[in-house]
Amino acid sequence: MKFTLSWLKDHLETDATLDEIVEKLTMLGLEVEGVEDPAQRLAPFAVAKVLEAGPHPDADKLQVLKVRALIEGEEKDLQVVCGAPNARAGMSGIFAPPGATIPVNGMVLKPTKIRGVESNGMMCSERELELSDEHEGIVDLDGDWAVGTPASEVLGANDPVIEIAITPNRPDCLGVRGVARDLAAAGLGQLVIDDIPEIDGKFESETKIWLDFPAGAEDACPVFAGRMVKGVTNGPSPEWLQKRLKAIGLRPINALVDITNYISYDRGRPLHVYDASKVSGDIGARLAKQGEKLKALDEKEYELTPEMCVIADGARVLGLAGVMGGEESGSTEETTDVFIESAYFDPIRTARTGRDTGIVSDARYRFERGVDPAFVRDGLTLATRMVMQLCGGSPSAEVIAGAEPDVSKTISFDPARVKRLTGLDLPREESIRILTALGFDVTDGDRLTVGVPSWRPDVEGEADLVEEVVRVHGLNEVKSVALPRRHEVSQPVLTTVQKRERLARRVLAARGLVETVNWSFISGPHADLFGGGAATPGLKLANPISSDMSDMRPSLLPGLIAVAGRNTDRGYGDLALFEVGQQFENETPEGQVLAASGIRRATARPDARGCHWQGKAGPVEVFDAKADASALLASLGAPVDNLQISADAPAWYHPGRSGVFRLGPKNVLGYFGEIHPRVLEGMDVAGPLVAFEIFPEAIPAPKRKATRARPPLDLADLQPVRRDFAFVVASDVPADKLIRVAKGADKKLIVNVSLFDLFEGGSLGDDQKSLAIEVTLQPVEKTLTDEELEEVSKKIVAAVEKATGGTLRG
Amino acid sequence: MTDQSELDRLEAEFTTAIEDALDEATLEDVRIAALGKKGRVSELMKGLGKMSPEERKEMGPKLNGLKDRLNEALAARKSALKEAVLEARLATEKVDVTLPVRDSALEQGRIHPLSQVYDEVISIFADMGFAVEQGPDIETDNYNFTALNFPEGHPAREMHDTFYFEPREDGSRLLLRTHTSPVQARTMEAGKPPFRFVAPGRTYRCDSDQTHTPQFHQIEGLVIDEETHLGHLKWTLEEFLRAFFEVEGVELRFRPSFFPFTEPSMEVDVRCARLGNEIRIGEGDDWLEILGCGMVHPNVLKNCGVDPEKYQGFAFGMGIDRIAMLKYGIPDLRAFFESDLRWLRHYGFAALDVPTLAGGLSS
Repeated sequence: MKFTLSWLKDHLETDATLDEIVEKLTMLGLEVEGVEDPAQRLAPFAVAKVLEAGPHPDADKLQVLKVRALIEGEEKDLQVVCGAPNARAGMSGIFAPPGATIPVNGMVLKPTKIRGVESNGMMCSERELELSDEHEGIVDLDGDWAVGTPASEVLGANDPVIEIAITPNRPDCLGVRGVARDLAAAGLGQLVIDDIPEIDGKFESETKIWLDFPAGAEDACPVFAGRMVKGVTNGPSPEWLQKRLKAIGLRPINALVDITNYISYDRGRPLHVYDASKVSGDIGARLAKQGEKLKALDEKEYELTPEMCVIADGARVLGLAGVMGGEESGSTEETTDVFIESAYFDPIRTARTGRDTGIVSDARYRFERGVDPAFVRDGLTLATRMVMQLCGGSPSAEVIAGAEPDVSKTISFDPARVKRLTGLDLPREESIRILTALGFDVTDGDRLTVGVPSWRPDVEGEADLVEEVVRVHGLNEVKSVALPRRHEVSQPVLTTVQKRERLARRVLAARGLVETVNWSFISGPHADLFGGGAATPGLKLANPISSDMSDMRPSLLPGLIAVAGRNTDRGYGDLALFEVGQQFENETPEGQVLAASGIRRATARPDARGCHWQGKAGPVEVFDAKADASALLASLGAPVDNLQISADAPAWYHPGRSGVFRLGPKNVLGYFGEIHPRVLEGMDVAGPLVAFEIFPEAIPAPKRKATRARPPLDLADLQPVRRDFAFVVASDVPADKLIRVAKGADKKLIVNVSLFDLFEGGSLGDDQKSLAIEVTLQPVEKTLTDEELEEVSKKIVAAVEKATGGTLRG
Repeated sequence: MTDQSELDRLEAEFTTAIEDALDEATLEDVRIAALGKKGRVSELMKGLGKMSPEERKEMGPKLNGLKDRLNEALAARKSALKEAVLEARLATEKVDVTLPVRDSALEQGRIHPLSQVYDEVISIFADMGFAVEQGPDIETDNYNFTALNFPEGHPAREMHDTFYFEPREDGSRLLLRTHTSPVQARTMEAGKPPFRFVAPGRTYRCDSDQTHTPQFHQIEGLVIDEETHLGHLKWTLEEFLRAFFEVEGVELRFRPSFFPFTEPSMEVDVRCARLGNEIRIGEGDDWLEILGCGMVHPNVLKNCGVDPEKYQGFAFGMGIDRIAMLKYGIPDLRAFFESDLRWLRHYGFAALDVPTLAGGLSS
């Protein structure tokens, strides 16, 4: 919303300075986004007199002028080369001295030579000063202006333009008068009394108004008022009006259109003027019919739907109600008889029509936020009077259909609410004063009875009134009050999963991985590769920002792998990256899963990476990912000893070099492995690349214990005994199985089994392998005898052979 | 009976031999020659038994003294030789200690600035007694808008450039939450007042330019009880910002604004100084908009099953990415999500750099 200072002063009698007004606007919630003072922009420019004008020796279209200008307080005669046809001796114009910045193009003037002739400065056109589009010639001033008079004074360009941001709850401030009312309430002056006397119609309008809505849709346009004005002379509007419109960025069209635009900004009251000769029969409002079309004022044709409210005559649609008029029925310079429309349109329907057609207009902007329904007739009167003043003509009596919707609201308000909600102890009188100044109708009593003005659709209850009072009184008067502490020493607040999420980041970073935060959405093809995409249509965005960001990610890996690709392309290929965040199985809240996932690429191994004089790190492998995953699971409190590891990871992993961590048959805690070569190819990222995914929410919650005490430590006095065994087993026997069986052979004595050798191939052939384990036995009561040792060994061998079908290696 | 001169000769002979021994084997040979089973000193000692008591009384101490002195000399020489051998070995065992070691994992890993700031923010609010609540990214229209007093068709909805999913069978459409405020509604609906929590999380708007990314992060705060008012809100924000930016004090400016879910609604500016591209919080004479807040709208309380006649309180929301940029001087929001390794290493934090109130939020 833009307006000029002088415009504001039409409604506000004030001595306040521009700075005071700007500061107050912001503190009232009408945030000032910019102030443009044309006087400042025009500061370098001033009146100069052309003393002589002669031909340029080398160019037919140029003249060489002798110009008298005021330079640093002294009158000087300067030579200026000028191309304007209207430049002549004796005229006064606006001069730009060297060093000035030309507003229209930001060019800084310098003394120069034009076709060999020295030129010091420039005589300006209106366009160069951004005053209008006029550039046929230079400014040719009427009257006798002293050399050096500031251009802003001569051109009347000394009216600062203020731009404010209006929040959607304040449609009343989409008119200058509403802004003035707020400022007056805040003590910055007096609101000018508004008197809109009725107009006596000279005749009855032959054009009547009708409303035709099906039951239930009457609120689309509850009231429609109009008036015929005959015998108008349309043409350019007067300079003061054009200047104001231009100042706020509107293009003057003709007097009739300019009047409606002016009242739209002055009062927040959109209007429309029809050329009566182009209207057949009566005018009314109805819903559009399927298949109807309208060529609007923006010269585009719109297909209308039965949801939209239109203005129509007996023959056709004239305009989209509250959004934009039609091209054919608009006023032109030839228009002599006009029909002025002032109506109220439903905000929601207007907003929908605006969205569906994509039309952005000042009318839509106001109607969808809610114009003052009680100002329909006053708006018509204002417009009629302005038409008569600027264009002449004879007005009809008002015609009207329907009635203003009743928006009257009364709120029972306890002024003590102000203190309760804000802590600000204001006298009751101050609340009454502020509300009254804002146009509320306040009756004092036990509680206040507050009538809400028709232009404030946003005020519904006591909290809104509190806001009005503190907003105008000054929010910064509110004093800080300490929030009471809940506990003298603060207590932990994080849940188990929240703690795990935090810890996961620290653990993975401590293992040398770098944390990334990637997009929650990825491309459809990438989602397809990780079990999402086409398989989960509920996770596809209807309005993605680009096709690369169309699907909610089913896994954190596609994001990480893509990042690996981009960094590799930049020359950083040894990558260990992770992310802890949300991934999506389906669109329900339960389908959002927390994952802690990571990748390692090229030689970014846990213990060494890249080239080093102590040895080059080899390529990453599945066991690097498994190490990360295991370490993370252990840190997050997973019962690592009870986890089952199986080789049935999802399709995006290498089928032979990947695994799944499970706790029981159903509960998957995570995956690890090499990424499937086909997936890497599909994402155009080169390997080797290994990955892991851990799901912290799947880890069982820790048991709550009564005390924090650890169980007593039972240290055996006796030396542990270690024995080695090597077994030949079939190639497909999982090592984990052998270790578990060996461990279980004597639960009392065996405290550890570690696998220290794997041998494949050679004399064993293709279908067998040798696994060697070291078993640690911890005697408890007495040293083991040879016989006892022999007995345990036999148990171990028997158990392993039975479970794996293998044999002890001789 | 051996005379003294013979003993002296013997001692001199062995002492010289000990001193001349250049390695442990030679020294051992000398020991055997002197004190071994058939060594010359041992032989003399064997003769003691055949002597008369007087002779034995005289010779015994002499021979024992000789034996002791030789043993001492042997041990000393043995130790000296061992030392010499070690010295010789050490002299050959020289390395270039300037050779580089491998970077440790701890030096290579990084925490994203967003996570670090998240931890900082949570530690401050935890101390102020705020729990941490979370909600889903994929939301219903109800929780994102309607329950928060954004009526259907209200232009305030258009201030949020919302990502939608395709309509479901019943015509309803899920969306990506445009703010963390749905967590207010979900948490109040599921619990009973009083409430005091923050809700950090990822939020989305279909908007992308220099300063906007389609995803960003917010933290929401909510306090609902029977007394909490605007003054408490002001204090909470002042204390939070002072602690977060690790400055002596902050000055806030509250400007009236509009959010459908609060009434009164405010935007908060913090006093700052702008020095080129750098922004310093807590000094200077400029203002920087930092968050939005207000008293929870009675309609929101009602929609969430809380009696607005009895309970009241405040809500605030701010961008985690934004305060991270401000605190750590990170110029571009988009870079947060581009995962350029160089950026991550530069702006990231060490794994063990855990923010605490006791040790200071940042090291």
